[in-house]
Amino acid sequence: MLELADTWLKSGILEVQEYVRLQVATLRGCVSRPFYFRDVVEQFEQIGIGSLTVVLLTGFFTGAVLVLQTGITLDQFGARPFVGRIVSATMVKELGPVLTGLMLAGRVGSGIAAELGSMVVTDQINALRALGTDPIRKLVVPRVLAGFFMAPVLTIIANTVGIIGGWIMAVFQLRVASSLYWTSVTEGLYLEDAWMGLIKPFCLGYVIVTIGCHVGLRTKGGTQGVGRATTNAVVASSVAVIAVDFFVTRLLITLLY
Amino acid sequence: MSVETSSAAAVAGRDPSEQPVISLDKVSLAFDDKVVLKDVSFTLLPGHTKIILGASGSGKSTILKLLLGLWKPDGGTISVNGERIDNMSELQLMKVRADIGMVFQEGALFDSLTVAENVGYKLYEETDMPLDDVRRRVEEVLGFIGLAQYIDRGPSELSGGQRRRVAIARAMAAKPRILLYDEATTGLDPITAVTVDEEVIKLRDFEGVTSIVVTHQLRDAFYVATHEAIRDGDRVRITQADEQKADEAEFIMLKDGLVAFEGNASELRASNDPYLKTFLS
Repeated sequence: MLELADTWLKSGILEVQEYVRLQVATLRGCVSRPFYFRDVVEQFEQIGIGSLTVVLLTGFFTGAVLVLQTGITLDQFGARPFVGRIVSATMVKELGPVLTGLMLAGRVGSGIAAELGSMVVTDQINALRALGTDPIRKLVVPRVLAGFFMAPVLTIIANTVGIIGGWIMAVFQLRVASSLYWTSVTEGLYLEDAWMGLIKPFCLGYVIVTIGCHVGLRTKGGTQGVGRATTNAVVASSVAVIAVDFFVTRLLITLLY
Repeated sequence: MSVETSSAAAVAGRDPSEQPVISLDKVSLAFDDKVVLKDVSFTLLPGHTKIILGASGSGKSTILKLLLGLWKPDGGTISVNGERIDNMSELQLMKVRADIGMVFQEGALFDSLTVAENVGYKLYEETDMPLDDVRRRVEEVLGFIGLAQYIDRGPSELSGGQRRRVAIARAMAAKPRILLYDEATTGLDPITAVTVDEEVIKLRDFEGVTSIVVTHQLRDAFYVATHEAIRDGDRVRITQADEQKADEAEFIMLKDGLVAFEGNASELRASNDPYLKTFLS
């Protein structure tokens, strides 16, 4: 039993160590040459544009269902017209960043782990090193930059589409006047909420992509290992999204409010 | 303990200016409790070939990865082109790798790139060569290996043998002076394997490349050691090599991480060692 705990603890510490080493190498790669600009642009397209559909759908239906559910509750207080306020505050502060993060964890995190894991088991990573290319600069840095900068953009899109989805439900289902809805949307948003909704996605995007890269590059065991790595990346980055969201929210509430 | 090598005596008697291109001295490596290499020593002169034989798991591919600096040894020293590499950082190793090409098992071609992009990868990404010159070089090496018509295809559209040959083209595109072949013919049919062997021979004889060939395919090992490439007008012919040429190819047999034999093809065939006899039978 003790031996198992010892092994588990050691492997946990090793994972953390290797994750930190990857961060240091990545940050160094972001601020020094060689810098693979073409790969960065490619990843911005794959992670940003490629995730647009899933983010649009997630945002829209989240906003719509939020209005449906909160409309019922607000009815009890005769406050149905204030539904816009709830949608905007919830989407911008919490649901937009977190649900976008979870979608990115599933789509981008798994894709990165699978791609890098396949490259590891087929010796392509060693081939890159043999050809004089640092795999961190070539593969990890572009993905981290893309995830870091595109997550907030996608979150803003999700928030916008969510509020629009809420508007459609509010007007056609709850029979709230359109002008009333939009007025309550803007009244419900404070600058601090907007800052919170903007800062969080940077953290979540970074965490999702770095976990995907870390798990992918440490893949072992052939195709089975790639499958395991993909699953681990999704699970780990999803849990990390929820956990990081909590800690960042706690910090930002202290700093902003 | 390693076998006293015949190459050491040969090196001692040679021109001092012909220093070994590769030198391993008492190199050891273990992963946890598993000893992969123990006190392995050998040298390789410019333009010569070292053929490393051994059963699966005997440490053959490990030697190639150590030479590239992909792994570090636990003990001993490794020198490439006169520079000690076992204590170099990853950044310093990039300069060493500029002169080494490696053909990985299964090719290790980059799936997301075309054949042209794979072959020209080092030239595109890591040098300042103009794109037109890179394209010309890519066409030249693909023509050398007879796959010019596949230049814009993806790796998934190639057969196993074609992928290996493209991997050879990629390794030689930047004109390295050292080429490492890791089981380049394993899993291929005999005809395709001979085609790959002939590429190895042509590179050695026409480009003067120093080669290390790791394999457990005896037929291919002896073919590379005992044949040479000669130009016959516009054609290239692969013929039986004379004794002097054949002696430039040395065999190393690894057994359980140790060097069990080192010598030329004739000495290997004539050996009375029971393990060698079993391996060669």
